[in-house]
Amino acid sequence: MGKIELKQVTKSFGDVQVIPPLDLTIEDGEFTVFVGPSGCGKSTLLRLIAGLEDITSGHIEIDGKDATNLVPAKRGLAMVFQSYALYPHMSVRKNIAFPLKMAKMDQAAIKKRVEGAAQVLNLTDYLDRRPGQLSGGQRQRVAIGRAIVREPSAFLFDEPLSNLDAALRVGMRMEISELHKKLDTTMVYVTHDQVEAMTMADKIVVLQAGVIEQVGSPLELYRAPRNIFVAGFIGSPKMNLISGAEAASHDAHTIGIRPEHIDVVESDGQWQGTVGVSEHLGSDTFFHIHNTGLADTLTVRAIGDVNLRHGDTIHLKPRTAEFHRFDAQGLRIA
Amino acid sequence: MATKASRSAARLMMAPAVILLMGWMLVPLVLTVFFSFKKYLPLRGDRWQNGLDWVGFDNYVRFVSSSSFWPAVQTTLIIVLGVLIITVSLGVLLALLLDQPMWGQGIVRILVIAPFFVMPTVSALVWKNMFMDPNNGLFAHLWQFFGAEPVSWLSEASLPSIILIVSWQWLPFATLILLTAIQSLDSEQLEAAEMDGAPILSRFGHIVLPHLGRAITIVILIQTIFLLSVFAEIFVTTGGAFGSRTLTYLIFQRVLESQNVGLGSAGGVYAIILANIVAIFLMRIVGKNLDT
Amino acid sequence: MARAVTPRRKALFTMIAWAIGLVIFFPILWTILTSFKTEAQAISDPPVFLFFDWTLENYSVVQERSNYMRFLWNSVIIAGGSTLLGVMIAVPAAWSMAFVPSTRTKDILLWMLSTKMLPAVGVLYPIYLIFIELGLLDTRTGLVIVLMLINLPIIVWMLYTYFKEIPGEILEAARMDGATLKEEILYVLTPMAIPGIASTVLLNFILAWNEAFWTLNLTAAKAAPLTAFIASYSSPEGLFYAKLSAASTMAIAPILILGWFSQKQLVRGLTFGAVK
Repeated sequence: MGKIELKQVTKSFGDVQVIPPLDLTIEDGEFTVFVGPSGCGKSTLLRLIAGLEDITSGHIEIDGKDATNLVPAKRGLAMVFQSYALYPHMSVRKNIAFPLKMAKMDQAAIKKRVEGAAQVLNLTDYLDRRPGQLSGGQRQRVAIGRAIVREPSAFLFDEPLSNLDAALRVGMRMEISELHKKLDTTMVYVTHDQVEAMTMADKIVVLQAGVIEQVGSPLELYRAPRNIFVAGFIGSPKMNLISGAEAASHDAHTIGIRPEHIDVVESDGQWQGTVGVSEHLGSDTFFHIHNTGLADTLTVRAIGDVNLRHGDTIHLKPRTAEFHRFDAQGLRIA
Repeated sequence: MATKASRSAARLMMAPAVILLMGWMLVPLVLTVFFSFKKYLPLRGDRWQNGLDWVGFDNYVRFVSSSSFWPAVQTTLIIVLGVLIITVSLGVLLALLLDQPMWGQGIVRILVIAPFFVMPTVSALVWKNMFMDPNNGLFAHLWQFFGAEPVSWLSEASLPSIILIVSWQWLPFATLILLTAIQSLDSEQLEAAEMDGAPILSRFGHIVLPHLGRAITIVILIQTIFLLSVFAEIFVTTGGAFGSRTLTYLIFQRVLESQNVGLGSAGGVYAIILANIVAIFLMRIVGKNLDT
Repeated sequence: MARAVTPRRKALFTMIAWAIGLVIFFPILWTILTSFKTEAQAISDPPVFLFFDWTLENYSVVQERSNYMRFLWNSVIIAGGSTLLGVMIAVPAAWSMAFVPSTRTKDILLWMLSTKMLPAVGVLYPIYLIFIELGLLDTRTGLVIVLMLINLPIIVWMLYTYFKEIPGEILEAARMDGATLKEEILYVLTPMAIPGIASTVLLNFILAWNEAFWTLNLTAAKAAPLTAFIASYSSPEGLFYAKLSAASTMAIAPILILGWFSQKQLVRGLTFGAVK
């Protein structure tokens, strides 16, 4: 139903190539997240799939059919925009019905579908309001409603949660995941937030400067980042990267160790340093440690509340089995 | 950024406007330039269908060397400069005043702006008859009240009178634009200057005026373009008599009244060149603004 | 204006501003007042300000004698027709420039503006000649076309600045939802841009209504609008002040009212977005 294939796709704006030749397959029913820093080309890639931009060369296939030259409307895809892009002059009902009206569906069928979608999304009471009268979360739902009534072969999401406040974002994340389970339709989701990527994705595509750095499941990326960029991008707080003598002693140019893989010990730690800022979250405590002789700052996660103050000496014991080793090119050493 | 399809649609949808304006600009322009090199006196039987005599730059030379040319240039300059000085200086003061807190601000604004919406023929006629008429005009009554001899404004002081009428029409425009510009001034900037101890006059000189500089330039340029072609006000009041014949009016007379099309067209080409010199400056500013 | 203002200062500014405002407005006020006077009172010495016998006679005389309605109708058709025609041509053009900008968009916009700078008198005779050849002289059609063309750059510019404020994502959403270009413009862009389009229509209606070069030079009797009607009062009928005032009041009243609604748009429209 919703398999999307990109074959040797490139995109240039004028003389600037923003996406060098790129191959990617998104399987039917998969929740795929494009993640990367801003300007990495992830939104452009999504817009190429949507047909809102022309690709410069290559092919796009949707459901095994060539869609390279199809206009957006003919691709059978639905998109949820960052700004929601609701039609401000139409009621919620009309917003959701708009794609069906464009498809010349008959009135009774439209009504049935719109009300069905409203029920799924808890919008039944708001059908006659204008978008301007809704909260951010409700607007988001209307945008999703407008997408699902079309029963598209795939959904495209362009940073849909970035305009919501933190609490709502967590809730909507769950709702979108639920929706995916319920509909079992392909979803392509763009975000710069690696937490969203990790929590929602079946498959994550990490992009940098238009190039795919790695494709894999969240845990694959977490456990075996293919290079230093992915290692630093996936996981929160960031992986500690150490080079120099310590790395050389492990036969690597750089070694990486996640904050959660360093234990705080009373004494006799392999490493030690002075405590800088500490963030007490209750369940965990993050220490930012200086003067270790390894890197500027080392971040360490301790379980629970550990009583160390600014300027105290801290003893650390890395779990050496969890070291990630990288060569001079930044690539993972197996 | 968009797709090829939308780009070609865009070209197609822009086409009517572009083609129409292109025609509107080029056809008359080419004809004017063409006529300016011809002897063309329709009243003496010249017909463009029969072909016209080529006279080279004769018309250009004659237009400039005619005894009415330099007075017309002078009149044009006096009117344009006079109106600019009055509208811009009063406009700045009025805009500053209207920006102050007061009761009934909206109504005052409306009163001040109203003259801009009066059609030029009406304002010319009202001023001419009801204010400047030497017998029954309000000014005549006022002069008599103070024991002075009523002035027959439009013949004895035709230029100041026309400048007054045109300024009255354009003062609202200047005020409105300058007021908009003042209101866009960040009040925090002024407050910061006040905190820094700048007295009111230097706040005006160092912050308000520079901020208004761009708006003033725009007012001057736009008004100049319109003022160069002031027509109805002269047509209705003096008909170009009493030294009130501007370049525009001179060309109008050559073309339509005395039907010397070749000569008038040469004048028209001068007018076009003149307007373009002003326009270039205006376009620079507008163009810069487009980038941001 | 978070600052505290002393009532005395406020009162002072109020007085000065009202005084100046009334002086500037006075010619209009005087015209309106005079239109309700008898001819004798209109030129009485000393002038009467408010205490005269109010009469509507002038209005009925003007209407009967000068076929005022025909001029009014011509004005409405010419101003309205040229504005509507202009908007119909400008909406697609402004859409293109606002949502599918290319490297040439800026040049095209500036070029359009430059056509507005062409002094009318410079091209008067060619237009006059073309009008004679095409039989457009003294016709409403001819004036609709000319006024549409002279205002088209302003209409395009104003619509362009309004369209720029509409997020492109909404139009893309419509495209994803299966709307064709026509449907996108008709069902999504136009309804959203209604306030902007209305302001554009308003301002250009005013400009066309007051236009007094082409309307004076290209009409005689049949298609003459109010500008020409008033100009015909310049002599010797102009000596009938009360009637002149009544005619003037009727010619400017509708526009004064419309104009008050369009103050803000005036700035945008006449400075081509250079002052905000």
